[in-house]
Amino acid sequence: MNERVLEISNLRIDYPTRAGIVRAVDDVSLTVYSGEVLGLVGESGCGKSTLGMAILRLLRPPGKIVGGKIIFDGQNLLELSEEEMRRLRGARISTVFQDPMTCLNPLQRISDHFLETIRTHGSQDKHEARRLAAQLIDRLGIRAERLDDYPHQFSGGMRQRVMIGLALALNADLIIADEPTTSLDVIVEAQFLDLLRDLQQQFKLTIILITHNIGVVAELADRVAVMYAGKLVELAEALPLFDTPLHPYTRGLLSSVPNISLTEDRLQIMSGSPPDLINPPPGCRFHPRCPRAMERCRVEEPLFKEVELGHWTACWLYEK
Amino acid sequence: MPESENLVEVRGLKKWFPVQKSFIERLVTRQRQFVHAVDGIDIDIRRGEVFGLAGESGSGKTTTGRLILRLEEPTDGNIVFDGVNLASLSKEEMRRMRKRMQVIFQDPLASMNPRMKTGDAIGHSLVIFDEARGEEKRRRVLEMMERVGLTPAHVLYNKYPHQLSGGQRQRAVIARALILHPDLIVADEPIAMADVSVRALLLDLMLQLKQDFNLTYLFITHDLATAKYICDRIAIMYLGRIVEMGRLTDVYRHALHPYTQALLAAVPVPDPRFRRTAAMPRGEIPNPINPPTGCRFHPRCPAAQEECTKVEPELREVQKDHFVACHHDTM
Repeated sequence: MNERVLEISNLRIDYPTRAGIVRAVDDVSLTVYSGEVLGLVGESGCGKSTLGMAILRLLRPPGKIVGGKIIFDGQNLLELSEEEMRRLRGARISTVFQDPMTCLNPLQRISDHFLETIRTHGSQDKHEARRLAAQLIDRLGIRAERLDDYPHQFSGGMRQRVMIGLALALNADLIIADEPTTSLDVIVEAQFLDLLRDLQQQFKLTIILITHNIGVVAELADRVAVMYAGKLVELAEALPLFDTPLHPYTRGLLSSVPNISLTEDRLQIMSGSPPDLINPPPGCRFHPRCPRAMERCRVEEPLFKEVELGHWTACWLYEK
Repeated sequence: MPESENLVEVRGLKKWFPVQKSFIERLVTRQRQFVHAVDGIDIDIRRGEVFGLAGESGSGKTTTGRLILRLEEPTDGNIVFDGVNLASLSKEEMRRMRKRMQVIFQDPLASMNPRMKTGDAIGHSLVIFDEARGEEKRRRVLEMMERVGLTPAHVLYNKYPHQLSGGQRQRAVIARALILHPDLIVADEPIAMADVSVRALLLDLMLQLKQDFNLTYLFITHDLATAKYICDRIAIMYLGRIVEMGRLTDVYRHALHPYTQALLAAVPVPDPRFRRTAAMPRGEIPNPINPPTGCRFHPRCPAAQEECTKVEPELREVQKDHFVACHHDTM
């Protein structure tokens, strides 16, 4: 097995609101191995983005980490000072967000972004840094003469590539990509995914890919974690997860995804909607929508267990 | 006169938006510039069908929808709705015609008045068109809420939009569109914001309502995978022009235009075994202010030839009910 890059254990995140405490992430444990793409999927409000922001310790108030550990490179990120955390962000843990325009400085040229990044975290002289930046941008499929453009002169797809390029320049240990293709048109999205896959394989990048788009996860992820209502409900390698999903939620989710390559002309329908996280249902949180709910599911919460080798789920159906 | 097969006929439709310029720029440059948002399209929407209009952002699909509803004045061209040329109508006649065409937008929260109760919002057009008030309005709204699955109707009637879930809001918007029993619904990315599990539900509902109320849909979307589950026919737009149009099964199985082929190949498939083999066209949609000469797709087209850079291809019928605008011998 590869080296562990990140180990999250029993993480709990609360959002206190006037109506009560929203348990956005509830007792989630997850390990990320070096060189893998871990897809983190679920519908809006399931806690997947909150989890990503928590790793960076960038939760928006009133969100708070109330329990658990996040171990990165032998240290618990939750115990670091703000200054230590700041040095880690960007340098060793990079991010690619949905809207790259908000991550690039509109007053700085693209070259300045690269030069600043390369020179802050490396020791090259200016010419060496510039040569490196030109090499990188060329690798991203952008002509080197555009290096001195400003972010607004770039299209959405090019900006998103720049974000990946900056992560590469840093040689980051971990990249958190939160809905990286959601603002892109489908052809640009495909171009970006092709590039990301190439770079990932060439540089053995470790990526947490957070998205609601099951198609994007299927294209890139080595392993997939499924979240529902603040809980991790299933975790497996991509093929077994798509071929034989165990949790009824995963099954419902996968069969309600439109698939352009299939001949069927109707989608499966999952009834109901995700629960209120201030007063989540007792027992398994999915039981009010679950077609296979049993008496036990209504009262007792299922544990997250390894049902088959490397295939984990939290469901009473697999209790032996 | 016998009823035409087509509910909507669009001919030579154009919409050019002037580019805003500063005072100085206007003094220096004589020429006015325009964004060619929609640049000469012909569409027939048949009664009872779901007609899809697909393309990337900036292709002109949304503007086309707004033009058909006459929320936007066309620069050129005609729209005939149920045999009546909309351009010939007076303001008041157009207002009455609007009862027969309704719209559903992408963001239900943005298209509902936050201070109006859901029931009142749904019934608002009944009041505006003087069709029903008071108890009668309430009765018709409750009935419509039941029909779209917005239940328990008498409870949700008094809720404000922010108190509803995303799926409930989209149902409210659908109920509001249907309350006047229109003939045409223009649905602009109606389910793009909904979660995967809710999307399937809403698609099913839209198809059911189409049968119940004898509706015709213009379904505008960027998502070709979703379009597959609802559209009968589809038109693919690129830079203000239609590049391909036909029955959905024909267009998807035998896409003729290189752009349609690329668009279909680019859609991510939820299957880890699937690997995209087709190479993607280079670059992104060019600037619609100065669209490329000849075929607008030629700078990105893998099969472009000399002719494509000079002559703009016409949309021609190459098989029964399957149209394509491409110079290549696509047969």
